[in-house]
Amino acid sequence: MQWVDGNDLAGAVRELFATDLTVARGRCAACGREGMVAEAHVYNRAPGLVARCPACEAVLLRLVRAPDRAWLDLRGMSCLEFPLPAE
Amino acid sequence: MTKVEAPTRALLWRVATIAEIREETISARSLRLDVPGWPGHLAGQHVDVRLTAEDGYQAQRSYSLASDPSTVEITVQRVPRGELSPWLCDIATVGDQFEVRGPVGGYFTWSPQRPEPVLLVAGGSGIVPLMAMVRARGSAESRVPFRLVYSVRDPDTVIYAAEFMRRIRDDQGLDVAIVYTRETPPGAPRPAGRLSAQDLGAMGWPAQSEPACYVCGPTGFVEAAADLLVAAGHDPQRIRTERFGPTS
Repeated sequence: MQWVDGNDLAGAVRELFATDLTVARGRCAACGREGMVAEAHVYNRAPGLVARCPACEAVLLRLVRAPDRAWLDLRGMSCLEFPLPAE
Repeated sequence: MTKVEAPTRALLWRVATIAEIREETISARSLRLDVPGWPGHLAGQHVDVRLTAEDGYQAQRSYSLASDPSTVEITVQRVPRGELSPWLCDIATVGDQFEVRGPVGGYFTWSPQRPEPVLLVAGGSGIVPLMAMVRARGSAESRVPFRLVYSVRDPDTVIYAAEFMRRIRDDQGLDVAIVYTRETPPGAPRPAGRLSAQDLGAMGWPAQSEPACYVCGPTGFVEAAADLLVAAGHDPQRIRTERFGPTS
């Protein structure tokens, strides 16, 4: 099955987060690779969005959107680092 | 690394009205949108488009913004049996309205403050976000050296062909090379064929120049082009990619 880049998640996760998740650095809970969420492999031809680690293909993130709510599973990422404007 | 500005406002759906339509090729057209309240964007960012049918059915897709930040414009390539692109390409007319949300995505972006030379590698309609960068560079009167290598099937599928002719003449420091994969125009020096290491060597920047590389196109094209750049010695940290899935 074909995948696209983590960039594809930008709109869907921007609904849930105050900042852009795609430029956050995440650590894969399975293999320990660190990289930007934008570099994940995203499978979007499904009822939800699934992002996988580009190194080991473990699931990093799952997001399902219903008309009035969303479910977000982030257990595949053990840490997220967000760039923020300096205070 | 790019400095990324963290947006802090909620992401809202806004009403977009088609203000102008330009046919780019037989299967691609540009739509300039009037979007009250649009907060501006960086070259390379996306906008989510949502259409709602009379029965309430909604379809949504993300498009790259094609314009510099002063206007909101998308270029849509018709995808056979696609949900949105047939309407946007064939039926939509000036004055029609739909919803947009954005801008989104801070990864595949370029802003005129960046000093290093830039290599843009486009496959097919992957040219759209890269054209936004070329336009943003032009509007900012930036002199940062830009080289664009644009792979297309044949001469009829070149999007923005006339604008490239003008910009090659007017935009100092912009080079554009078109690679034809199936059919060349008469008299082209390079035979038709896929983008090669030799093409990138002749038309791109050497790795020693440490350019920022942006590669956009169908997944297979992006994989191949990014691999060629890494093999030529470019630091993977300086290669940003955007894949939009299979072309068929």
